[in-house]
Amino acid sequence: MSITIAMSLNLKGMSCPLPIIKTAKAMKELTSGQLLEVFATDPGSVPDFKAWARATGNPLVETGEEAGVFHFVLKKKEEGALT
Amino acid sequence: MSVATIEKPPLEAFAEQLAEKKAEQKEKLVIFAWSGELDKVWPTLILATTGAAMGKETTVFFTFWGLFPLVKNNVRITGENWMQKMLSLMNRGGDTHLKLSKMNFAGAGPAMMMHLAKEHHVASPDELLTMAKEMGVRLVPCQMTMDLLGLKREDLIDGLDEPAGATMALAEAQGAITLFI
Repeated sequence: MSITIAMSLNLKGMSCPLPIIKTAKAMKELTSGQLLEVFATDPGSVPDFKAWARATGNPLVETGEEAGVFHFVLKKKEEGALT
Repeated sequence: MSVATIEKPPLEAFAEQLAEKKAEQKEKLVIFAWSGELDKVWPTLILATTGAAMGKETTVFFTFWGLFPLVKNNVRITGENWMQKMLSLMNRGGDTHLKLSKMNFAGAGPAMMMHLAKEHHVASPDELLTMAKEMGVRLVPCQMTMDLLGLKREDLIDGLDEPAGATMALAEAQGAITLFI
């Protein structure tokens, strides 16, 4: 089964707090259950994305790293879900 | 003899009520922005925009020196009397005229800092302030300090909340994460 990514963000080169701010903005445009894919190069984004997912209740379903590029897949939370 | 019985709500109903209440209550972040220096205004705006990105209801209360970064960049002299005017002359307002608390070197320090920020793709204070407004961060100037320093509403940038007092700020801070920077 292949997963369908609803939106992809290229945040390479950006530093804190821009990756999270751009991600939060993009997430608003998605509907529940849709997936957002993010590419970033800021090493600080690894703990930040984990924390953001936990704090907002949008699960981080995939993380990875390849040649210094971090890759995150976030799933928009269900409406009315408790954070 | 009759004994009045108090009917307790079932535990589940209570838990549901609690959960509903928790869902309604958004987490809050309140920052008291007291400093007008670049090295403090910058993290203030980073934390405010990040708080908003995390879904927190975010308010920044600008007081004392913290008000000067909110002065429009093209407004040079503010104040009514010579003391207030002198103050604005010595301490230029605007988010692109901020000084460093250390190693300012007559403006060379901040210029180098902005250069480094650009190189490392770090958003500048004026960019962060614009983002904060877009993200719905409430930016509240302190009325008392505005009067004290002679800053008028038209001296300050657009997109701010109505000026308020310490009571409003503290009421907002109830149950919030609070920072004094």
